[in-house]
Amino acid sequence: MQKKTIFDGQKIQITIKRLCRQLIENHDDFANTVLIGIQPRGIFLADRIQTELQSILKNKKILKGNLDITFFRDDFRRKDGLVTASSNSIDFIIEGKKVILIDDVLWTGRTIRAAMDALLAYGRPEKVELLVLIDRRFSRHLPIEPNYIGLQVDSLNSQHVKVSWADEGAEDKVILLSEKQ
Amino acid sequence: MAAEKLSTRHLLGIKDINRNDIELIFETADNFKEVINRPIKKVPSLRDITIANIFFENSTRTKLSFELAEKRLSADVVNFAASSSSVSKGETLIDTVNNILSMKVDMVVMRHPYAGAGQFLSRHVKAQIVNAGDGAHEHPTQALLDAFSIRQKLGDVAGKKVVIVGDILHSRVAISNILCLQRLGAEVMVCGPTTLIPKHIHQLGVKVEHNLIKALNWCDVANMLRIQLERQDIKYFPSLREYAMMYGLNKHILDNLDKEIIVMHPGPINRGVEITSDVADSKQSIILEQVENGVAIRMAVLYLLASQG
Repeated sequence: MQKKTIFDGQKIQITIKRLCRQLIENHDDFANTVLIGIQPRGIFLADRIQTELQSILKNKKILKGNLDITFFRDDFRRKDGLVTASSNSIDFIIEGKKVILIDDVLWTGRTIRAAMDALLAYGRPEKVELLVLIDRRFSRHLPIEPNYIGLQVDSLNSQHVKVSWADEGAEDKVILLSEKQ
Repeated sequence: MAAEKLSTRHLLGIKDINRNDIELIFETADNFKEVINRPIKKVPSLRDITIANIFFENSTRTKLSFELAEKRLSADVVNFAASSSSVSKGETLIDTVNNILSMKVDMVVMRHPYAGAGQFLSRHVKAQIVNAGDGAHEHPTQALLDAFSIRQKLGDVAGKKVVIVGDILHSRVAISNILCLQRLGAEVMVCGPTTLIPKHIHQLGVKVEHNLIKALNWCDVANMLRIQLERQDIKYFPSLREYAMMYGLNKHILDNLDKEIIVMHPGPINRGVEITSDVADSKQSIILEQVENGVAIRMAVLYLLASQG
């Protein structure tokens, strides 16, 4: 297994700041916009975006929830994957809100498809946008594209992109894992 | 952190599953409990699965609860009640079920008056079997939801003292409850008239007590079972009135205990026999929470079994 760091430390912090500025450009003071981190790996980025936005917007309270998509996956019974769910915590109303879905890596787009279904169980949002730290471009199985991108990466299907965060006891880092050639 | 998979393909009894399985079911049920309290209570997980509910014995709560659980997981559901079927024309169990399975059913939820019916079926048909009660043997989902309700109310099951009161002899709920609570580390006592307590029950490692007040003063949770008149072919006690006087729980007894205990009942309640109305409707009773938890537990069981179908 070969490991290559493609993104880390300061660069990630700068990128998060840039993404926040882009969000503010479109969502102003976040009066009608909420952040939703996708479980299990998107919640760290959602936390960081929330903290950063609150510091830029002078401590205005920004609503953020965590969304679990396990029961909405389309590969249930088709592969040995994660069947155990994580918790949902959305303690506000989605109806009529602008929702920013947040995940660490966008690959096939199937997770986002499931997330959109899972989200609709909480109501009808006015608009849904997608923010990702890493976009593995040209690998989509579904017509889904992100609105806000941290970094675009060209990768092979056999490769794996792993994001780790300081908040989970590791360090901010994005690694590209490849099978040994 | 519980395991990621159940250790079994069928849920035939608590006897066949271990503590990890139970913890996994509870964790999954926590998630489903959140799901069924949302505005839209449905998830699409089982949308390509067909489940047959085969009930050879009457049931309101369990059948409804399973059916709701299946529908909230988006499964296709077929219902079958023995009273309105060819069983009354003399068809055997295997023939009935095989005929249903040729219609491409993936899972069977079955209640049957004979102990071991689920076990028998699981050896002869391909579908996954969930036992919804077999004779006086086991009723695993009821035991799971009872333990889940205790966990929800008291934070944990381990170390808690639970007394099961009433008709232990005819009760599948009692056996499954004893096994499930013990797996989770609780202490279990059974209480009832000598005639309704199986002779060798102490071999399961439970305490036996014939005095209701003593039993209630010992416990944290009292699970009051229904007197199953339909299974009693001989008289086990002189009269219902006498049973109610000796083993019925009323508000007076409850208020005079040393501590506040939790009262459970698997339903259907014979009001005025096992417990009086004011106890059933009191703050200490979690009977309706048990029913709500029943749907979440059954969703978890079906979901986890389906994942390894």
